[in-house]
Amino acid sequence: MRIILALLSGTLFGAGLVISGMADPGRVRAFLDLFGRWDPTLAFVMGGAIVPMAIAWAVQRRLESPLGDKAFSLPATREIDTRLSVGAALFGIGWGLGGLCPGPAIASLSLSPVAVAPFVLAMFAGMGLHRLFIR
Amino acid sequence: MIADLFPHAQPGAGLIGGVMIGLAAAIMLLGLGRIAGVSGLAARATGIAGSGAPHGIAIAFILGLPLGASIVASVMDWKPATYPAPLMLVAAGLIVGFGTRLGSGCTSGHGVCGLSRLSWRSIVATGLFMASGFATVAVMRIAGVL
Repeated sequence: MRIILALLSGTLFGAGLVISGMADPGRVRAFLDLFGRWDPTLAFVMGGAIVPMAIAWAVQRRLESPLGDKAFSLPATREIDTRLSVGAALFGIGWGLGGLCPGPAIASLSLSPVAVAPFVLAMFAGMGLHRLFIR
Repeated sequence: MIADLFPHAQPGAGLIGGVMIGLAAAIMLLGLGRIAGVSGLAARATGIAGSGAPHGIAIAFILGLPLGASIVASVMDWKPATYPAPLMLVAAGLIVGFGTRLGSGCTSGHGVCGLSRLSWRSIVATGLFMASGFATVAVMRIAGVL
C-alpha cells in the first residue's frame, strides 16, 4: 500500500513536471532570465502546485496520522543556519547553469537519457561528496 | 494579456502541470506523512543519505518520476528539450547535488512543500535559490554564454 502510494505520487509528479515545462532546461533558464526574454511560465507552475499543497497542510493539521502510514515524519528543524543558506545559494547556481533541478532531471531519464545522464550522474556525485565531507 | 506580453509563456500548461505536482505532493503528505522532496528521496533511494524515508518508499517515488514523464510523452504531442553542453551539465549537476544536500532540499521540498507550509526555513531557502538562479543566468547573459 505504501509502495503503491509512493509510486502513484512519483508518477503524477513526473507527469506534472513534463506538462508544466519544468523538464525543459530552456524554459527554466528563460524563467531565470530576468534581463532577457523573461518567460513567467514557472511562476504559474509554482502557483498551481502551492494551492493543493496549502489545502493538504490544512487537512494534515486535523489528522492524527497519515491515511496510509502510522505517523507523520515531517521536518522539525526551525533554525535558519549557514548550511541552509549556502546550500540553497549553491543549488540556485547549478539550477541556472543547467536549467535542471533534481526532479525534472530524474524524470527526463525516460525521455532524453543520453542528454540528462551527465547531469544526473554528477548530481549523485555531488550528493556523495556532501556525504563524504560534511559532518 | 500574458500572451501579448510574453509570447513564449505557457501559463495554462504551467498551471495544469503545477496542480498535478501539488496533488502528487499532497498524496505523499496525507497518504504517507512525508515531504515529497526529490533531492532527499533521491539521496535516500540510492543509499547516499543515511537517514530519511524507508528505502522502498523512496525508490518507488523516484522510479515514478521517469514513469510519469514517459506516460505524458506517449499520450501528448511532446518534443525533446534542448540541453546545455555535457560539461556545463556536469558542473551544474555537481553543484545541484552538493547544494541540495547541504541546504536540505530543492524546488520540490523547499519550494512546493515548504512554501505552502509557510516554513521560514523554506521561505529563506527558496528566496536564496531563486535569487542565485536569477544572478547566475544574468552573469551567463553578460558573459555571452546564453
